[in-house]
Amino acid sequence: MAILLDAQTKVLVQGFTGRIGSFHAEEMIAYGTRVVGGVTPGRGGQSLLGRPVFNTMKEAVVATGATASIVFVPPPFAADAIMEAADAGIDYCVCITDGIPTQDMMRVKRYMRRYRAESRMRLTGPNCAGTITPGAALLGIMPGHIYLPGRIGIIGRSGTLGYEAASQLKALGIGVSTSVGIGGDPVNGSSFRDILELFEADEDTDAVVMIGEIGGGQEAEGAAYVRDHMTKPVIAYIAGLAAPKGRRMGHAGAIVSAAGESAQEKVEILQSCGITVAPNPSSMGVTVAEVLARRMDAVGPR
Amino acid sequence: MDVHEYQAKELLARYGVPIPRGGVVYSPEQATYRAKELGGSAWVVKAQVHAGGRGEAGGVKVCTTDREVNEVANQMFGSRLVTRQSGPEGKLVYRLYVEEASRIQRELYFGIVVDRSTERIMVVGSREGGVEIEELAELRPEALVRISVEPALGFLEFQARELAFALDIPYELVPQAVHVFRSAYRAFRDLDAAMVEINPLVITDSSAGASELVALDAKMSFDDNALFRHLEIAELRDRSQEDARESHAADRGLAYVGLDGDIGCMINGAGLAMATLDMIQLAGGAPANFLDIGGGASPDRVLKAFRAVLNDQNVTAMLVNIFAGINRCDWVAQGVVDAFAAIDVRIPVVVRLAGTHVEEGRAIIAASGLPILTADTLAEAAELVVTAARREKVLDGHPA
Repeated sequence: MAILLDAQTKVLVQGFTGRIGSFHAEEMIAYGTRVVGGVTPGRGGQSLLGRPVFNTMKEAVVATGATASIVFVPPPFAADAIMEAADAGIDYCVCITDGIPTQDMMRVKRYMRRYRAESRMRLTGPNCAGTITPGAALLGIMPGHIYLPGRIGIIGRSGTLGYEAASQLKALGIGVSTSVGIGGDPVNGSSFRDILELFEADEDTDAVVMIGEIGGGQEAEGAAYVRDHMTKPVIAYIAGLAAPKGRRMGHAGAIVSAAGESAQEKVEILQSCGITVAPNPSSMGVTVAEVLARRMDAVGPR
Repeated sequence: MDVHEYQAKELLARYGVPIPRGGVVYSPEQATYRAKELGGSAWVVKAQVHAGGRGEAGGVKVCTTDREVNEVANQMFGSRLVTRQSGPEGKLVYRLYVEEASRIQRELYFGIVVDRSTERIMVVGSREGGVEIEELAELRPEALVRISVEPALGFLEFQARELAFALDIPYELVPQAVHVFRSAYRAFRDLDAAMVEINPLVITDSSAGASELVALDAKMSFDDNALFRHLEIAELRDRSQEDARESHAADRGLAYVGLDGDIGCMINGAGLAMATLDMIQLAGGAPANFLDIGGGASPDRVLKAFRAVLNDQNVTAMLVNIFAGINRCDWVAQGVVDAFAAIDVRIPVVVRLAGTHVEEGRAIIAASGLPILTADTLAEAAELVVTAARREKVLDGHPA
């Protein structure tokens, strides 16, 4: 099934009746995602887009059997919504909301440790474009038509740069198994490493594109995992070569504040771990194509 | 968001961190008056700017007469202080802090930051205060003591004690140190700070009575995303310390960072925006700014973004790069056309559209008859805008 999400996954929308929540719920349904309802406290009993609205996540999960949720709740209340999803027994939650206070996210991460690792909810985001398994389901805000179904995994901190990668691949006839946005915040639900592990284990994925940027150490941590544990090729791009030190570039987490956090240093770390780094953002697609071609040559005709 | 030293000190003092007596002043007369009011025989006059490295840049002066206080204040007011962190144009000095001089026995370092790797809060201390902490971390990392704090439990007493002993704080001052460390931590947590730095934290000389710990300098910055619940902190924003281009854009809800080049940029998404700057640089150009117009941008928002970019007099060409997901290319295109009608655009503009409603967007640009250069890919767009900027420079008589 690719990873995290397939056509059978039952999805709840948190912040369902809001302007943004309802707009994207409609888009997700149109793409084929099994949206089974949503939650807006105080709107329980109503219905929207032909789906029931619930007051609480617990009620919604009991009534629908949903295993995934997507959060469109405004920043002051988003951390609470994520914890509610974890407590209701959701397996996979995507948080789209941009602007959640860092200390709120720390609290979310601590809260999730209450659950044993095997029963703990997986969170991606916040401040991301979501996850898509092309041709099957969309749990996010990306334009579905730019993704061709296929066998390349994508992981990225930036939404639009993920679109750029997917459309470059599509132009070359290369498709995507699943694309996962891990978001641009300094404290996030899943790291590059977490998602790389899933792609390594996924039979439907042949290679992975990881799209990083300045700030933090998650690219380096992912690279070490690639070096030590991955058999599949990884292609990367790191944004922010032109970014000055100490300035926050749009994303709350995109700031060079320590050694090893600049784009140039990250590129060197990734290369030293055997990752092929695309020299510029316009060549992510062709770099993947080259790596795949080399691999075919190495394997030889079957 | 950054605040001034005196504001950070007031906030920390409210939580129980001892600070020297002092006060903020807005004129040389007030400075003299404040020095007299404080009494004593020596004062420190400190320029209040949002940049470190003030001391070596001449922004901190010790004075021993009230006349000297007046003279120093006279020199500092209205000047722009250039430090190694301020950028070449410096920061405007229009507030000074006049403080009683402290007798220093030892200088220590104390700081609190968010640790992204452990997703906890990190308390950092060093016996070597008064020096640049980044330098120390690079040259002699062993001189730093790091303590990871579990945010759900707070900075525990034993952890604060461990830090106090690690910094060689005299036994009789350890209880006070524990109190100071934990007070600063509570300020960090309660106010959603991104950083607290007390550098130096000093142990005063015992010649004038018992030694004690005092925060001689303090810096705080705050999580922008949490300002909605800290109005009293949000009020401390000081526009005079910001880049004028950035203030203008921030007031219009745009994520803008001013840079030194001449190619104006308008992009959706932070990652794509960073990548576009990289692409311009690789093509031999220099970006004038980072600007993310965000998702769901209306034609009106695009117009505001246009103004923000053209506000910068250095801009000789502009690149609009949109990969629409929740955005709509037709809205962006309409915004670009509107901008040409509303503003006298005299520089070449390159537009690259992709994603949602791209055909409609391209049609709007084509039908407008405006002299807009269009590109299909990011690489093409970057090449076009760099070439256009070079040509403008030649026309202006500058060497390319």
